[in-house]
Amino acid sequence: MRYLPLSDADRREMLARIGVQSIDDLFADIPKDKLLKDLVDLPRRKGELEVERILSRMASRNVPASSVPFFVGAGAYKHHVPATVDHLIQRSEFLTSYTPYQPEIAQGTLQYLFEFQTQVAALTGMEVANASMYDGSTGTGEAVLMAHRVTKRRKAVLSGGLHPHYADVVKTLSHMASDEVVALAPDVSGTEDILSRIDDSVSCVVVQSPDVFGNLRDLKPIAEKARRHGALLIAVFTEAVSLGLLESPGSQGADIVVGEGQSIGNALNFGGPYVGLFAAKSKYIRQMPGRLCGETVDADGKRGFVLTLSTREQHIRRDKATSNICTNSGLCTLAFTIHMTLLGEAGLTRLARINHANAVKLADMLAGVKGVEVLNRTFFNEFTVRLSKPAAEVVERLAEKGVLGGVPVSRLMPGAGLDDLLLVASTEVNTDDDRAALAAALKEVL
Amino acid sequence: MLNRQGRPSSAGEAGTNEHPTFTGNKALAQIEPLIFEIGRADTTGVDLDEPEAFTPRLGGLERKDAIGLPGLSEPETMRHYVRLSQMNYGIDTGLFPLGSCTMKHNPRLNERMARLPGFADVHPLQPVSTVKGALELMNELARYLVTLTNMTTVALSPKAGAHGELCGMMAIKAAIEARGEGKTRNVVLVPDSAHGTNPATAALIGFVVKPVPARDDGWVHVEDVKKLLGPDVAAIMLTNPNTCGLFENQVAEIAKAIHDAGAYFYCDGANFNAIVGKARPGDLGVDAMHINLHKTFSTPHGGGGPGSGPVVLSARLAPYAPVPFVTLKDGELTLVEHEADAAEKPFGRMTAFHGQMGMYVRALSYMLSHGADGMRQASEDAVLNANYVRASLSDLFSQPFGDKPCMHEVLFDDTWLKDTGVTTLDFAKAMIDEGYHPMTMYFPLVVHGAMLIEPTESESKASLDLFIATLRDLAMAAKTGNDKARFTGAPFHAPRRRLDETRAARNPVLKWTPPAPVAEAAE
Repeated sequence: MRYLPLSDADRREMLARIGVQSIDDLFADIPKDKLLKDLVDLPRRKGELEVERILSRMASRNVPASSVPFFVGAGAYKHHVPATVDHLIQRSEFLTSYTPYQPEIAQGTLQYLFEFQTQVAALTGMEVANASMYDGSTGTGEAVLMAHRVTKRRKAVLSGGLHPHYADVVKTLSHMASDEVVALAPDVSGTEDILSRIDDSVSCVVVQSPDVFGNLRDLKPIAEKARRHGALLIAVFTEAVSLGLLESPGSQGADIVVGEGQSIGNALNFGGPYVGLFAAKSKYIRQMPGRLCGETVDADGKRGFVLTLSTREQHIRRDKATSNICTNSGLCTLAFTIHMTLLGEAGLTRLARINHANAVKLADMLAGVKGVEVLNRTFFNEFTVRLSKPAAEVVERLAEKGVLGGVPVSRLMPGAGLDDLLLVASTEVNTDDDRAALAAALKEVL
Repeated sequence: MLNRQGRPSSAGEAGTNEHPTFTGNKALAQIEPLIFEIGRADTTGVDLDEPEAFTPRLGGLERKDAIGLPGLSEPETMRHYVRLSQMNYGIDTGLFPLGSCTMKHNPRLNERMARLPGFADVHPLQPVSTVKGALELMNELARYLVTLTNMTTVALSPKAGAHGELCGMMAIKAAIEARGEGKTRNVVLVPDSAHGTNPATAALIGFVVKPVPARDDGWVHVEDVKKLLGPDVAAIMLTNPNTCGLFENQVAEIAKAIHDAGAYFYCDGANFNAIVGKARPGDLGVDAMHINLHKTFSTPHGGGGPGSGPVVLSARLAPYAPVPFVTLKDGELTLVEHEADAAEKPFGRMTAFHGQMGMYVRALSYMLSHGADGMRQASEDAVLNANYVRASLSDLFSQPFGDKPCMHEVLFDDTWLKDTGVTTLDFAKAMIDEGYHPMTMYFPLVVHGAMLIEPTESESKASLDLFIATLRDLAMAAKTGNDKARFTGAPFHAPRRRLDETRAARNPVLKWTPPAPVAEAAE
């Protein structure tokens, strides 16, 4: 076995040094009748070539986003990732390191976490950011729990524009923790009356912008009313690139900002691994979940970085911890921070404009297709269209024609009576040919 | 000087003279500023054309102020992050004996497979008809996990070990609610020696945590568990092999007592790598166990994630697995994404999409490479290596629970350091100067000055011999007390000397802020 360096002679010598006869003497605490005599019913070891063949064959049964005109979004977005990003994250010292518990020999990880925290705070317009969560959806669940801790109230109000998967994660956690959730009905137009749901019993109101239907939401009046009632505004985004063009949630008065960072530096990966961004006002740092990296000095007075404020965390506070999280998405965080460094402010704002421009172009083109109605007045790189046929059926027909045309709303919200709605996303990867292919395919199908 | 075979090297001794340099750099050891100190808002390392003129549809919500993000050109970016990487220790750098963290070799084949466009470049919401291979892979991974554990089903979606714990405990809570005992069964037993995530997880979803006391032999005793059992107990969270490096030798009796009391047995699977192919949790009475794919099946830790924490479930809990999951329908694999579409009783959704596909590919690549025979061999070698370290150090290092065989990790304590003036932390920092990542320190909490060493199966005998010789040399130096500065001042040769963690916590600086202008600063 190429991953196992011991030879049989080594093993014999080592057993002799230990002073036992056979390897099973070291497994003597396992009850005799529970110790497996034979191998489990799985295939024997395989060489590298054969493993490559098996997995490549499985991979070939999937249609990669890059191979077709691609307009699928709804919380995960196809963007171009520069080659430099993947090269750098594969450096051994990043890829094969652990959580930086020994800061003297983990300054590489700690410095990029500090850079990441600064970038995320700037991007979201907030005072502090943590060193990342698993993803946007679980980060949203953590944000709601944090709001309960801060306000000592246990009722969350979820906007009908919140991604339904995110809402489901919050509902699951809240049900288990016996907390209350008020989830507003799906809000296709972004005009729901969320203000009337905010009162003195509410811990937080969770609003996504751009929302799941693509509408941009003005958070300022919501933040204002929440503040008056002692509730927190949790602002959510699923498309980090949008922050390059839009007013930051922080400048609109959000108390906690949480979102998905996959768009910057990370591949689609069929849904994971992704990276959750989490930022807040600095007065809440001791209630924040997740890791924090802080600046300090070493014994020689040199600047250095350490994990800090760990008294919030599970390994010290145990059942009193702010969260049970014991890891972050370190490598995805690194990919984010490298891509963001390559972009810089100039690159990010340009990338965001290109995304929006492409989406505008697409919306105008689709509006000219018979049987398609564009519903959004505002959007960033994704919008909702009403079709003259059920969207799930249309998407299947488009796929047969080699176009991945979007996400049927019924896939996210079955039973909501929105079967004719389709979410269409467009990013910098879409060309004029892609748009023409989608429009032409829709004409044929509808 | 010893070489990697543990023999004297013919190379000359390295000089230790301090030669100051103009830049402060020392050849390959280079100081690297923050991107905020070298980047500029108008610099970018990507080539993007401005879009043609268009009318925005942003409803007046466009950003008016600057963001404050510096950019670097591509060569500058490359150099910045390469230099940062050189300040990190990784498993490819050397032995990484972090107990319970399982820092084993990360095969690069796994990385290559995970980057196949058919896995990396597919969207979680594209039509199911276009992701048949992804479903096949998830189904195959599930088959491997279920077979290795002899359990009924597996929930793949949890994003990390602690998220898997949450999933397992939520399944238990859902099962108890379905029995109509949601109000009355609200206590979870957690041994003192457990990972901190266990009590945190139980408390997070409203359980009352009751500790199971630690005994001085390192095992959890069935009598102690029985004393705590009653109609209010929902579950026990037991780590097996445990964090003291021991297999719980009464696990079958504990499982029976738990089940007899109407409760469930959650097993923290962080240490599953010690017994893969040797014993199956399903045979031991486990109802739910998370599996850290990154630990047991070698997906890289990446400086703190991403992890992946699938949860295997017994027949009693199988109906309560969360959505989404892969299922066989009319001879074809398909996805069940909503509770209403499930025949069973899922407790809800834990994460936006289907879980950590990238980690699934890496784990399955590892499993296929090892096969049933290789995985069993890996467990045996992991246990052999840990015991070899134990046997080779037992005359110098003290063991809190006596000198007895351990599983894949060996636990020492600081009794042997008493009166030397050297602390566990000092000893760990001195290891850094010798080129090793320190072992896990101060965990498990029930042991004073714990030092938990897990060499893993990927270390050769020669590598272990040099490691053992180094620890013996350090131990002798600590005991003779002749060179205390070697410990109290350590590390001397790392990119940084010891860092002031108190200062970081007392006055948290969590992001870079621009320095005040010179004139202002002078006032």
